[in-house]
Amino acid sequence: MKAESGQWPLWEVFVRSKQGLTHQHIGSLYAADAPMALGNARDLYTRRQEGVSIWVVPSGEITASSPEDQGPFFEPANDKVYRHPTFYPVPDGIENL
Amino acid sequence: MVSRELPNSQSEIDNKELEQQFLDKITEEIKIEPKDWMPDGYRKTLIRQIAQHAHSEIIGMQPEGNWITRAPTLERKIGLLAKVQDECGHGMYLYCAAETLGITREELLNRLHEGRMKYSNIFNYPTLTWADIGAIGWLVDGAAIVNQISLCRTSYGPYARAMVRICKEESFHQRQGYAMMFTLAKGTANQVAMAQDALNRWWWPSLMMFGPHDSESSHSSQSMAWKVKRQSNDELRQRFIDITVPQADHLELTIPDPKLNWNEARGHYDFGAIDWDEFWAAVNGPGLCGDKRMKTRVNAHENGQWVREAAWAYARKRSGGHRTA
Repeated sequence: MKAESGQWPLWEVFVRSKQGLTHQHIGSLYAADAPMALGNARDLYTRRQEGVSIWVVPSGEITASSPEDQGPFFEPANDKVYRHPTFYPVPDGIENL
Repeated sequence: MVSRELPNSQSEIDNKELEQQFLDKITEEIKIEPKDWMPDGYRKTLIRQIAQHAHSEIIGMQPEGNWITRAPTLERKIGLLAKVQDECGHGMYLYCAAETLGITREELLNRLHEGRMKYSNIFNYPTLTWADIGAIGWLVDGAAIVNQISLCRTSYGPYARAMVRICKEESFHQRQGYAMMFTLAKGTANQVAMAQDALNRWWWPSLMMFGPHDSESSHSSQSMAWKVKRQSNDELRQRFIDITVPQADHLELTIPDPKLNWNEARGHYDFGAIDWDEFWAAVNGPGLCGDKRMKTRVNAHENGQWVREAAWAYARKRSGGHRTA
């Protein structure tokens, strides 16, 4: 018997492991709607207390930067080493700087 | 999206450049991701391998699920439930990884249900006693772990990441199985005999999980060149044997191989010849529980259809009634 056409949308799952940390992308799953996606995400991705908070987002709602354009897209930061604190010398003996 | 080959010298040049970039990434251990250009053959072999892996996880729920209602203690029962639940989860991660290569869940399941895609034949063996559950956790999951650790370094990003997650969960499976074997092996004469019998029946099939010998493996050399496969079948099989023999010794159970012997010069265990006729009979034929596994799988899918349809109808009705942002 043929599986019926995949009607359920794909969802991306983000889990935060502890209060105060960020949500990390953990994987994806199919669900009929958002509450089901949340429940499925809990069952699939947090069997070992991996999270205190779950976000589910329809995959189609995510806009991603393009891998091909990775070089040019991030190019502006390549020659701005002065954005890092280590670029600036600190005189000997000076603390709390 | 894979570029098609047009009869046009510019696109042939482009393809050659893209292929070289792909090969450079492989050489430099840069992961290939879903939107990257890749050779058709790479895509196809990964779909086949990842999906077969996924199918194996799902089918594998059956021989083990068989003993959930007959586990000897509540602790063993909930442990086994958790393990089988994990296997389902592993299947889910792997289907998602395969789908990033441009194939649908529906198509993957159709191919499985229609016998056009395979799964690991180890799951066609029956679980005859409770000790089989211990032997499976110890040996089958043990072999899977050796294979999966190696695959954590596979060149395709989504597959590698799925492997990392799976490996973390799998080690509880093996410890659970070994703990069961230990309890039986230190128990009554009947329990020891049951454990030994399970070892006798699961040892060789576990070795065969690593696939044919390198010299006879048709997929291997291309897989290695593309770093889909990082170590050879024989290499992984040898590793599994080397780490498992001391574990069997500790149980005071006998591995059913009279040729098993530590070879000081090689630094590995020598072992007897594998009966490949049995392997091919299990892979190619409907023998053992193959028919039953497929029937159970197809029935589960068909019997769940009304649930999937109801969930979808309800979701549509709810979003029609209340507009979400």
